[in-house]
This record gives sequence, structure tokens and C-alpha cells, in this order.
Amino acid sequence: MNDLQTTNDRGAPLDDIDRYRAGVLKYAQMGYWDPDYEPKDTDILALFRITPQDGVDPVEAAAAVAGESSTATWTVVWTDRLTAADTYRAKAFKVEPVPGSADQFFAYIAYDLSLFEPGSIANLTASIIGNVFGFKPLKALRLEDMRFPVAYVKTFDGPPTGIVVERERLDKFGRPLLGATTKPKLGLSGRNYGRVVYEALKGGLDFTKDDENINSQPFMHWRDRFLFCMEAVNRASAATGEVKGHYLNVTGATMEDIYERAEFARDLGSAIVMIDLVIGYTAIQSMSKWARRNDMILHLHRAGHGTYTRQKEHGISFRVISKWMRLAGVDHIHAGTVVGKLEGDPNMVQGFYNVLREPHNAVDLERGIFFDQDWAGLRKVMPVASGGIHAGQMHQLLTYLGEDVVLQFGGGTIGHPMGIQAGATANRVALEAMVLARNEGRDIWNEGPDILAAAARECRPLRAALDTWGEVTFEYTSTDTPDFVPTATPA
Amino acid sequence: MRITQGTFSFLPDLTDDQIRAQVEYCLDQGWAVSIETTDDPHPRNTYWEMVGQPMFDLRDAAGVMLELDAARKTFPDQYIKVNGFDATLGVESLRLSFIVGRPAREPGFALVREEAAGRTIRYTVRSYATDHPEGERYG
Repeated sequence: MNDLQTTNDRGAPLDDIDRYRAGVLKYAQMGYWDPDYEPKDTDILALFRITPQDGVDPVEAAAAVAGESSTATWTVVWTDRLTAADTYRAKAFKVEPVPGSADQFFAYIAYDLSLFEPGSIANLTASIIGNVFGFKPLKALRLEDMRFPVAYVKTFDGPPTGIVVERERLDKFGRPLLGATTKPKLGLSGRNYGRVVYEALKGGLDFTKDDENINSQPFMHWRDRFLFCMEAVNRASAATGEVKGHYLNVTGATMEDIYERAEFARDLGSAIVMIDLVIGYTAIQSMSKWARRNDMILHLHRAGHGTYTRQKEHGISFRVISKWMRLAGVDHIHAGTVVGKLEGDPNMVQGFYNVLREPHNAVDLERGIFFDQDWAGLRKVMPVASGGIHAGQMHQLLTYLGEDVVLQFGGGTIGHPMGIQAGATANRVALEAMVLARNEGRDIWNEGPDILAAAARECRPLRAALDTWGEVTFEYTSTDTPDFVPTATPA
Repeated sequence: MRITQGTFSFLPDLTDDQIRAQVEYCLDQGWAVSIETTDDPHPRNTYWEMVGQPMFDLRDAAGVMLELDAARKTFPDQYIKVNGFDATLGVESLRLSFIVGRPAREPGFALVREEAAGRTIRYTVRSYATDHPEGERYG
């Protein structure tokens, strides 16, 4: 029995004879704890939040996480000596208490680059989150952040299109893009679905979107949806003189299905296709390479992430998912709204956005960023803000989320009292008025409602939107909050 | 129809004061302002005619407004846009682009459909203006 529970005595360093004697040692004793270790620039670093079982030494718990996510098994094996084991062992090198949480600790772990296959998220995650999250001596474990060395970043292609090229292809600059998810998300026939797409795009949106669970159901098979949606996209483009798009969700049961759907979307002239996070990291990377080959923007819906990103004690922070997806190579990813209906502390969400959009991230504990990260020229991912947002929040959205973001108003477009086109127009007018005012130097955070009211005097649809939703807010305390500010910021 | 390309096409046409404020914003960011015109506003017509080069060294909005006035006089019946270009590493692209002049009548676009295999349709967006040769399209 690897006796993690009895004592804080981590044991003295061992010579090779004792180190490799058959039997069980503490992980710290086996070399997975090294407080003197200086992480190399080429190491991959991980920060875990560990909650040890009662009585378990946090340092030994950290060493166990390092061991179980690299070379260790529960007992000593002599075959370690056939390898450069010192290099291959991950090393926990710092353990700190989490501010304000007596039973939780931050464990910093360094992994040598040679532990990983180049350019494979599946390989990376099989190590880092492979076995260790079920490890008995821990009550809970959360992967908070990772640092990838430039040498490793350069083994990934990254986003096939990226923010800059996406804007150049769409010929849309200087403002957030606008989108809407077709509603109701289930049940519409292809013909009726395309109607919603046409109305929303003609009214002023740049994009419309399939929802995550729109694939190929009895009420609407995928080919029918694609054909009707492309009619709607092209009609709207001709009606406005703008490039428009609809995220055709190509998610399917098998990779062959996904490719078949993506190729049909390409052949119909779609500018963008969409996949769901639940298809898995390997399928995402396959589609990223496909999108590169086919000049396609790749939209990722983060379906399923809330099961493991939301709770602070256990799982994976969404900032880590954001980093993995930037490496894996998607062009869009849903990353939170701050003000909408879904979980999202403002600081945390800004942290995710910074990870997706910045060329370099400096340590920023308030936003949950624990490591410096140089993205080495990797293209930028466009974050998507979706879920319970409306035109009346435009000043807040622009302030919190900035310009390089897709604002998705689903209900806030389709539920407009004057119809879908009017809903789209209201959002576009509100957005353009707010950007104009911001650029003129006005204080949009405080003057936002006045700016919207003034724009609404020229635009009846916007007036109706503000009358309908102006007062709607979703003010709940977030669960995933920073550890380095005293309280959660109210949204 | 009203072509809604550009950052502010859903707002009422900008006044010169409003245009100047946007130009000043661009200059404050360190961006180079440029002016472009076209009589072919097809959504995929990337290369409008440049009115001179981007004004990399000009830091006064009044200079841009003079250029814009000149462009309006030369091309009274064309689309005119003002761009802000950001040469920062990792951007090196436009950061703002908005229409500041358009012909009195905008005929818009036809959607041409070619029926192909299955129920597939090949779409072409065709500008009515380009039925006429360059220079004879508006006015």
C-alpha cells in the first residue's frame, strides 16, 4: 500500500539501490517532487488545483499527480532503469495554498517536452488528464492552466483562418460580427429553417448558425438543411451586397459522415462549417486540417464543456480548453458572454478571450492566467458570445468583450416583436451606433443607454427591442471565479 | 437598395464631422488612413481603386478630409470608403472600413441560379451596375 495518509514525512532521498528495490515508495521519494527544480523554457507546465483527502500531505498529493500523469505506476518497476527516467518523470516543483480555501492547493508541475508527440492534442491530454482525475488519494482535482513552450506550439497548425483572415474574407472590419442561432433549435423543416436564416441575414446579421444538436433528424435531414440554408445565404448576400454565412453543423456519427457533410457544404459554396466539441479532439484536428485544405472557416460549439469546466474544485478550466483549441486549430469558439444567461464571471471570461485572441499572454492572476504564454505567431481564434444577450446590453458587451468577437443574438433576433428582420436590424443598428460612439471618445459604459435611445429614435426596430428586453438581466453569482480577487464581480 | 458593406452602413449617412471623428480615432491608434472608390460594389470585389496610397505619415484629420473632398468631386457617382490600416505585428490589416459616399441610385444585385446535379444550385451574385462598362455605371 502506498501509504499517503499516515505522515508528512516524505522520506529521505534514496540512493539507486534503495530507489529501485521492489516494493512501494512515496511518489515524492520516487522523484516526482523536486522543490529545487528550475523549469526549462522547453518544459510544458501545468497548474493543478488539488484537494487532497483528509490527512494526505499536499506535497505528496502533488507528486502523485505528477507521477500518475507521467511515468509512474503504483509500485517501483526496475524497467525504469532502462530509460532516462529522470528526464521522463514529471516534477511537481511548487505547492501553494489556494487563497481563501484551506483544503485546496495549487500544484505546479513540469513535463519534459520529449514526453509528448508533436501536434497531437489527443496525446497531450491522454497524459495530462488521462488517469489522474480518478486518483483515490485526491478528493478533487482541477487543471487550471498550462504553459506550452514555443517549440511545442510550433508543432501545431493552429486556426485554419484566424481572426485577421476571416475579416479580410468577409470584408468586415471595425466592429464585432453579429450572429444568431436558428430557433426553435429542433423541429423546423429545412424550408422553414432557411426562412429564419434568410430573414436574419437580410435584416443585418453577418452569420446565422445551426445549433449544437442540429445534425440529421427526422424533421430535417442534413442535405435538405444545407440546400435551403445556402439559398437563404445567397439571397441575403444579393439583397445587401455583403458577404454572409451560415454555420452548417457537419457533426455526425463517424468521421466519414463529417467529411461527407463538410464536402457538401464546400461544394455549395458555404464560407463556414461548424463542429461540436463532443466529436473529440482528434476529429477536431482532422477537421482543422480539412478546413485549411478547403479555405473554410471552422466554427466550434463547446457542447458538453459545462460538465467539466464549471465547478471550481474538479475538472478542467475553460481557459485550458481554449488553449487546446487554439493549438488544435479552430476559428470560432463559444467562450462566454459575461452578461447573458450562461455561467461566466467577467474576469474569467476576459481571461478566456485573451488566451484566444492575444499574441502573448502575460501572467494575470485576476483573470486566472497563471503562466506567460507566447503563441509564436499562431493565428487568433474569434470568440463567440452566445446565450441570452440582447441589443440593450450592447455597451456592456462591447466594453467587456471588445471588437474581435461574434455576438450571437438568437432569441434577441428571432423573438423580436416586429419579426426576424427587424430583430436583426435592431442589433446591427445598436452595434454600429455603439462602435461609432466609442470611437468618438464617448464613455459608452455610462452613456450606453443614452446612445441606444438616441439610435432608437432613428430606428423603430431598435426602439421595440429596447422596449421588450431593455430591462432583462441575468444576475447570478458565478461558480467559476478568480482566486485572486476578493469576490465575484456581479455581471 | 442600400448596400450595407462597411462598419456604419446601418446608420444614417455620416456627416463630415462624424467622418472626421472616426478619422481622428484611426490616427490616434496609429493607423494609416486611406480612401478607395469603386463603381463595382460586388461583395467579393476586394480591390477598389485606391485614391493615392494609404497616408502613412499623415497625422492630421484635416488632410484626410481634403483628400475625401477631392475624391467626392472626382467620383460623384461612385462608392467611396475610408479605411484605417493597422501595421501592428499579427494584424497587418484593416481595422476600420466605412462607406462615406455612394451613388444616388443603387441598383443592387441579381442572384443568378444555375441548376446543377441533384437539387444543388450554383449561385452567382451579379451586380446590375456592371452591365455597363466602367465609368458609365451610375449617374
